[in-house]
Amino acid sequence: MTVEAREARQPYLLLSPAMVAVTLLLLVPLAFIVVYSFWLRTATGADQAGFFLDNWREALSDAFYRDILLNTLKIAGITTLVCAVMGYPAAYVIARSRGNKAVLLLLLMLPFWISYIIRTMSWINILGASGAINSALIWVGITDEPIQMLYNEASVVLGLVHFLLPFMILNIYVSLDGIDTTLEDAACSLGATRWRTFLEVTLPLSLPGLAAGGLLAFVLGAGTYITPIVLGGPTDAMFANLVFEAIITQLNWPLGSALSLMLLAVLGALVLLYNHFLGMGQLMKGLG
Amino acid sequence: MDNTKRYERLRERYLNGGIDRRSFLGLIGAAGLAYGVQTPFARGALAATGEVRFDGWGGVVSEAFRKHAFDPYTEKTGITVVDGTFGGGDEYLSRVKASQPGEYNIAHLSGVFDYARYHNLGLSSTLNEDNIPNLKYVIPKLTDVFRKVTGGTLSCVPYDYGTTGLAYNRKHISDEEMKEKGANILLDARFKGKIAGWSDWRTRIWYASLQTGQDPNGATDMEAIWEALRTHRDLLLKYWNSGAELMSLLAEEEIYVTEAWSGRVFALQEQGHDIGYMDPPNGFGWQECLFVMKGSPMEACEELLNFMLAPETSIAVAEGQNYPPALDPTKVDLGKKIPTLPAFDPSGTLDGLTFADPAYWNGHEQEWSKLFGRIQKGY
Repeated sequence: MTVEAREARQPYLLLSPAMVAVTLLLLVPLAFIVVYSFWLRTATGADQAGFFLDNWREALSDAFYRDILLNTLKIAGITTLVCAVMGYPAAYVIARSRGNKAVLLLLLMLPFWISYIIRTMSWINILGASGAINSALIWVGITDEPIQMLYNEASVVLGLVHFLLPFMILNIYVSLDGIDTTLEDAACSLGATRWRTFLEVTLPLSLPGLAAGGLLAFVLGAGTYITPIVLGGPTDAMFANLVFEAIITQLNWPLGSALSLMLLAVLGALVLLYNHFLGMGQLMKGLG
Repeated sequence: MDNTKRYERLRERYLNGGIDRRSFLGLIGAAGLAYGVQTPFARGALAATGEVRFDGWGGVVSEAFRKHAFDPYTEKTGITVVDGTFGGGDEYLSRVKASQPGEYNIAHLSGVFDYARYHNLGLSSTLNEDNIPNLKYVIPKLTDVFRKVTGGTLSCVPYDYGTTGLAYNRKHISDEEMKEKGANILLDARFKGKIAGWSDWRTRIWYASLQTGQDPNGATDMEAIWEALRTHRDLLLKYWNSGAELMSLLAEEEIYVTEAWSGRVFALQEQGHDIGYMDPPNGFGWQECLFVMKGSPMEACEELLNFMLAPETSIAVAEGQNYPPALDPTKVDLGKKIPTLPAFDPSGTLDGLTFADPAYWNGHEQEWSKLFGRIQKGY
């Protein structure tokens, strides 16, 4: 074999374990889900194999699914916005700090060491009727009765922000850290105020990181089902809860498959849009 | 001779010059290959005889099973009991459906309707009752209903029973008010935001039947039931999903009233919480069983079931999990604590409890579980 042929083969050899893993763990299960979505659930709970369009017809035409999907996108959108507003200043401080950058990054990573479910449930001890805030308010005398702060849409958004904020900060940080600070100095030396320098130099250059963080926060937020279960009220279900319910409670795997593919299509379209305008490179940097 | 000794002998021969390096490495490689090939099968064979998997409801119930049944059983027989937990029968059925035969062995199922569902999905086995002599202590009525489903044979043994009644915080709701309002307390607007409910569609429809004055095993006006469910939903703080969440909501005073599992409320009372418990007329009675899945190591499972039905084990577990055992009180002395447990029937006839009719509930499962799912989410 020639040296050129060996070199041409090398990337495929190196990539093959990852490609095998992606094929076996992602593409094959996805193919199963596609096949399942055309099956039917019988009255006893067993599946009837075949090619039926009933699940897709129901998923696409029923206003119930459409409404919950829109509500899910709304909650994910609000969460992303809150993460961006809260995450940008934090990322800016980390990127511009001199001596303690490593410590700040470590603090940012700290929540990942605790289970997501535990972190979500911890809000019950903070915001619950006998939680820390209500106990403090009653003790100070501001209120006699506990204030209802949990089990509503706001507490779901809070739980999601808690979960997703580090992803947003990391992506913005990567973007800010890559900006050549002499550009900011140049703007200042030409008479721009610090605020104007930020608006016209720093912010535009960090937008790819903001967009990458936004995409991650949105996609992860829209796909969650634990947070609404733990922190949501009776009417705060998100689309992933419908998938869970169809598959687990109703034992309707075919309908659950159609619903999960529907969510995948919507979120996949967003990722494609992002890739079209900004490319996936920034997202990879943030994840790395 | 074990593998370590074989290796040491081979190595000694190699070091003494008895075999060359190539043969030594070749033999080691061949041994490794043989071990790798046989291991999956050996593990399956070992699991078939030396290990039984048990899945239950978690929390205080699992603790009682582990302490009073599984540990002594393993000590006596050498068979390990691997215990897993689930939050509800639906979730567990999904896991079983996705598994290979033999992966799951025994489950602590609730209600005859679950037994029928598992049977209809082809998951039932046939127990050899000769291997379970302690079955003679069980209340006959509890066994008969299972036999009807599986054509005279059994795929489970009844183990305990209880009720899903009403739990209420006595600081805010008196016993008299509960007696007066019964199931309708869950629709009392005075407690808006302090009411909860189990997310299980059967329980919700059962209680809506009581609230609308209908037979829970034969409602005729379903529109009234859906309306009652909507009213309840609008007054609700949240639907709870597990026994642990139920106990937390009551103990933390997040809620004042909900329907609740009798044993869990008793556990709260034992912890000193002033929580009352009441079974309204036609309250939801249920029995739980130990169901053996098709493909399980039957003899080991039957041995475990017999051990668990032995009066000393069964009574200890019942006292631990706070649900009366399936043992007939006219045949077995159940001690002092069990007669004080909620739902306990000293006659052994269970005539005072209303159980779910499996044909009625399973016949409507597909339609009602879906409809309730929608109402639950605000529709």
